[in-house]
Amino acid sequence: MDSLGTASHNVPDAAGRFGPFGGRYVPETLTQALDQLTEEYEKAVKDPSFFAELKDLLRDFVGRPSPFYHARRLTEQCGGAQIWLKREDTNHTGAHKINNTLGQALLTLRMGKKRVIAETGAGQHGVATATACAHFGIPCVVYMGEEDIRRQAPNVFSMKLLGAEVRPVTTGSRTLRDAINEAMRDWMSSVEDTHYILGSVVGPHPFPRIVRDFQAVIGEEARTQSLERLGKLPNKVVACVGGGSNAAGMFYPFIEDTDVELVGVEAGGRGPKPGDHASPLTYGEPGVLHGSYSFVMQDEDGQTCDVHSMSAGLDYPGVGPEHSYWKATGRVEYTCCEDNDAMKGFDALAATEGILPALESSHAVAKAMELAAKMPKDQVVLVCLSGRGDKDAAEIARLKGVKY
Amino acid sequence: MSAVDRAFEALRQQNKKALVPFVTAGDPSLEITAAALQELGKRGATVCEVGIPYSDPIADGPVIQASYTRALDKKIKLKSILDTIGQVTPSLPCPVVTMISYAIIHRHGPEKYLDMAQAAGVSGAIVPDLLVEESDKFVQLCKQRDFSLIQLITPTTSKERAKRILETSTGFVYYVSVAGITGERTELPPTIVENVKWLKSQTDLPICIGFGISKPEHVHLLKEACDGVIVGSAIVRRLCEAGSKPQAEVIQEVGDYADTLLDALNG
Repeated sequence: MDSLGTASHNVPDAAGRFGPFGGRYVPETLTQALDQLTEEYEKAVKDPSFFAELKDLLRDFVGRPSPFYHARRLTEQCGGAQIWLKREDTNHTGAHKINNTLGQALLTLRMGKKRVIAETGAGQHGVATATACAHFGIPCVVYMGEEDIRRQAPNVFSMKLLGAEVRPVTTGSRTLRDAINEAMRDWMSSVEDTHYILGSVVGPHPFPRIVRDFQAVIGEEARTQSLERLGKLPNKVVACVGGGSNAAGMFYPFIEDTDVELVGVEAGGRGPKPGDHASPLTYGEPGVLHGSYSFVMQDEDGQTCDVHSMSAGLDYPGVGPEHSYWKATGRVEYTCCEDNDAMKGFDALAATEGILPALESSHAVAKAMELAAKMPKDQVVLVCLSGRGDKDAAEIARLKGVKY
Repeated sequence: MSAVDRAFEALRQQNKKALVPFVTAGDPSLEITAAALQELGKRGATVCEVGIPYSDPIADGPVIQASYTRALDKKIKLKSILDTIGQVTPSLPCPVVTMISYAIIHRHGPEKYLDMAQAAGVSGAIVPDLLVEESDKFVQLCKQRDFSLIQLITPTTSKERAKRILETSTGFVYYVSVAGITGERTELPPTIVENVKWLKSQTDLPICIGFGISKPEHVHLLKEACDGVIVGSAIVRRLCEAGSKPQAEVIQEVGDYADTLLDALNG
């Protein structure tokens, strides 16, 4: 693809385009709800009380700012650049997802809608949505693929404890992609009184922008903390990319800091063969999926391909359109990390730092270790630790063949 | 004038209403799709709508979605679907339009898709995920080729927006009866008649109503207001039984079912 020039902060445009990516490819029935959401968000952005309320919640309910942590023993083990972690795993509910769900729950109330639906892969977005809805007293239904329900039982139970109804999705690959399809179908029939809290920077305009903006708190804090603690910006910033919300939130505030190299790590799964990975930016091509134009894993007819990752949260055949834009402008380098290497990243962080990272985040940790090892000791690699790994314990035991 | 325009013009002259039946390509087989199109054409369908299976349909309910999955599980590709349509269209008394996701059109390239479709005798398309804001280029390509682009208007569409959609629509207008997904329903919202009446005051294009229509009673309720009805899930459900029942019997049943709808429309 031809270069689009320099990446700008000032995207998307009014039609929801990040360069050629993004837009809206949805049934006509949903346009009214998307227009309403766009309008309400524009009003909220101009209303200081909206962000003041969100900021209070992020401080007192979520526990922000999240720590900016020097992983000294991991750094020592790698023998190169300093590895620092932005600890989104310390947030209430254990991942970055809560930043977005609280923001969208506030929008739900502003729109006067009475019900929330959501989809979830790894379950972290489902738990975060159920939590936000419990906090505000909004009824909540979460769609989740049967395969993911199996892989993420603790999160399913948590959602139920929080009062959400979890609806198993038995169509297709029974993973995140099918859960999004079902949530969209529900929304088609319930747009009048229901808001769909989409969990990543994917989907039709205005979702990619709204989710990015709510997640940008990660990068904003990290940028400030970096200047305070290190007296400079990091040399590289690394984050895992499924749909890409933690990475979008981490990268966005650094986009115009062109000296900072940004690295997005996709799920390399079992290897580069189609069906063995979930890396649309590495192996896919631009196409239309779930309401926007972005990189997609698709066959020669435009049918979405099955994908694989040991991490339920990365097991998605598409990616947010802003990531496609950053790829096309060359601002972010995208690469992938295979299951086995991600597991090594998990083990290394557990053993050296006493932190169990989510399997999603383990992809970023593994790539950061590889990059840091080749860099001088005075340089800094900052990793977005998007979530904690408790939820993955049973799946890791299964993958390692361990009984506990 | 496109083949779809001609079909509606002929109907108007006979003072009749249109039946637009929908079948999923390749479910349970392309052979049965071809047989169903021939039978529906013989029974008096005005336009036949062929659903091109897509892996991630958002607007479709469980019946059509499952039929898409079954067809894709058999590795049915666009080329073989268009080959099958191409074998049927020369002898079919009515035009064929496709219901197709923009994901598929984009993948092949809009111009190449139109070349392939027109070579197979396809006369138009319904692209449920191509909104008016995103459709300028495709609208122009279709106009240049006299290929009907049947646009959708729903109960959640504002009047201002509906006017914009009407400007880009050709062939006929697809009015979606409910804010929801495709599928048979026992009751239809009472606002349909009023909404379609308003649309008719804004355009000379025929207006057909789809989503949720499966019974002669529905047809009786709607026929005065519109120019025709689109019936999908009820036919797809019957056709998929051809996996377990003799094909000829199922085709006959689908034809008889179409007759009951045609009787209700024009009887």
